[in-house]
Amino acid sequence: MMGVKDAGEKLSLMARLKKGDEVAYLITFASALSIILVTCLLVEHLWVDSALSRQAFGWKFLATSTWDPVTDVYGALPFIYGTVLTAFLALVWGVPVGIGAAIFLAELAPRRVSNVLTFMIELLAAVPSVIYGLLGIFVMLPILTKYVVPVIQKLFGFLPIFKGEFYGVSYFSASCVLAIMIVPFIVSISREVLLAVPQAQREAMMALGATKWDVTWKSVVPYAQRGMIGSVFLALARALGETMAVTMVIGNVPQIRASLFAPGYTIAAVIANEFTEASGNLYISALIELALVLFAVTMIINALARLLMLGMKSQEGGH
Amino acid sequence: MSKPYPPTYKKVINVVMLTLTGIAALLVVSVLLFILGYLVWNGARSLNLNFFTKLPVPVGEKGGGMANAILGTVKLLTLASAIGVPIGLLGGIYLAEFGKGPFSFAVRYTTDLLNGVPSIVIGIFVYSLIVLPKLHPSLLARLFPSYFGHFSTFAGGVALGIMMIPIALRSTDDFLRAVPNTLREGGLALGASKAQTIVTVIIPAAMHGIVTGIMLDVARVAGETAPLLFTAFGNVFWSHGWNGPTASLPVVIFNYAISPYTDWHRQAWAAGFVLLSGIFLTNIVARLLVSGKGSRSRSYRLRIPMAALDLFSGKRSRVRS
Repeated sequence: MMGVKDAGEKLSLMARLKKGDEVAYLITFASALSIILVTCLLVEHLWVDSALSRQAFGWKFLATSTWDPVTDVYGALPFIYGTVLTAFLALVWGVPVGIGAAIFLAELAPRRVSNVLTFMIELLAAVPSVIYGLLGIFVMLPILTKYVVPVIQKLFGFLPIFKGEFYGVSYFSASCVLAIMIVPFIVSISREVLLAVPQAQREAMMALGATKWDVTWKSVVPYAQRGMIGSVFLALARALGETMAVTMVIGNVPQIRASLFAPGYTIAAVIANEFTEASGNLYISALIELALVLFAVTMIINALARLLMLGMKSQEGGH
Repeated sequence: MSKPYPPTYKKVINVVMLTLTGIAALLVVSVLLFILGYLVWNGARSLNLNFFTKLPVPVGEKGGGMANAILGTVKLLTLASAIGVPIGLLGGIYLAEFGKGPFSFAVRYTTDLLNGVPSIVIGIFVYSLIVLPKLHPSLLARLFPSYFGHFSTFAGGVALGIMMIPIALRSTDDFLRAVPNTLREGGLALGASKAQTIVTVIIPAAMHGIVTGIMLDVARVAGETAPLLFTAFGNVFWSHGWNGPTASLPVVIFNYAISPYTDWHRQAWAAGFVLLSGIFLTNIVARLLVSGKGSRSRSYRLRIPMAALDLFSGKRSRVRS
């Protein structure tokens, strides 16, 4: 009995090798595993290389605003402030436009027109950020300086957020470029989600005599809400990590100002500008800690989005 | 007499809001047309043969081009594809054909996470991995010392390659899943092993989609600047081999744009035009490849975590029976 079994196993081993199932499994498994390994390695590198700065400054790193390579004192607050402020403003400008455009493309435009326009909008998402930056410097800044900002300051100049001289580079300019960059994401995803809403959802309310807008806003949008929130999350994550376009129009001054028209700095921008020139281990370490902060924020937003989805899922299951 | 429904104010709101959505859509599309128009106008004017054949010249001298940056970008993309495509492809095959349980979930989650990591952070990672391994010595750095310890095409290619993995993987995964199960069963019923079925039946069936995903992936990293700043760095001369710093189009655009010289600005426009034309062409060709195939054209379009999208839109479930 044993001998027969052994022979069978040997034969099947040869056959199995020939068929390649095990080999295919192992190779593909190794590739899948390597992604986890690369990500772990990334976290490990960021963590270990920022040790010097973490030990030197502790949590104060996140809460102080001195950034002085000469005396080797580093605090990240101006960069965190700039990153959060520009991303938030970008959402303020970008979300209404993006959601509005998505509603138009999904609910109003004929399907063929909608497809062509969506294709064009998605091409916008393929434009590299350095090109947005190029256009930002040479086209948007002059327009803002000449036409937009004087009008805003004339109308709302008494508000502290609009006070001060405008030199072109500013939080405001950066947020405008960011808004243009994130809108395609919001439009594309929200449109998909809106198109997936069942027709009955619209017809039920239409039958009651509601206007098109009421149908859309009170029946279709609530149904598609979580997908749209999802698109905003993704846009936010992108806005926070955006580097080149922001670096080119934010002014790169490590300060905290209430005025949106003042120049500032973001985490990604300071890394891009100072990393190659950084000398001294503590300086490099502080910049890597900034990268770690940026990475952590991305991860938290990812996790938040997932929690939100899990909550929605269980809610749905409860029905 | 009952009042007519809807009341007038509702009708007014209706028209106003619907018009506003139309304006929003128009606004977004006009931004694209503006960008295209402006780049073509400014870029094509500054373009000449020298741009493709000559090295950059110092400020003030006439002529000069970006031949080295164009070659540098091609080399970087080649290396990035050599790293990103196999890993993404094979990983995608694993997820679609073999994977189940917590490990698959972990792989998907990590892929989405890696996809969401800002490109500048990838740059820092590769810097610490390859450019300055003294910071953090690794085994590879000891084995191949000549590739480590300095800016290089190699480092830039690795950075872009890491960025390519997530989309290559998720689009492969998605397109393989779109292949009907009957094809798998047919292959197995003929006596083929699972591996043989995958290679001879399933992958050919999903080929168009997979190629599209990879093309869009390459187009996306082609414009990446941030991860190259401190890996490939830059170079005003030709870069020979793989272990010297190299120029690349995106980085040159950045450096020229923030310089104070008008002539450099002109060249930045030309480079932007060339880069964007390449990216748009790739995008259009890639989409034509899958258009009309009834494919799920959504997943590979943007740089977004796909699992999140699926869950958000609730259109299809990730769980396979």
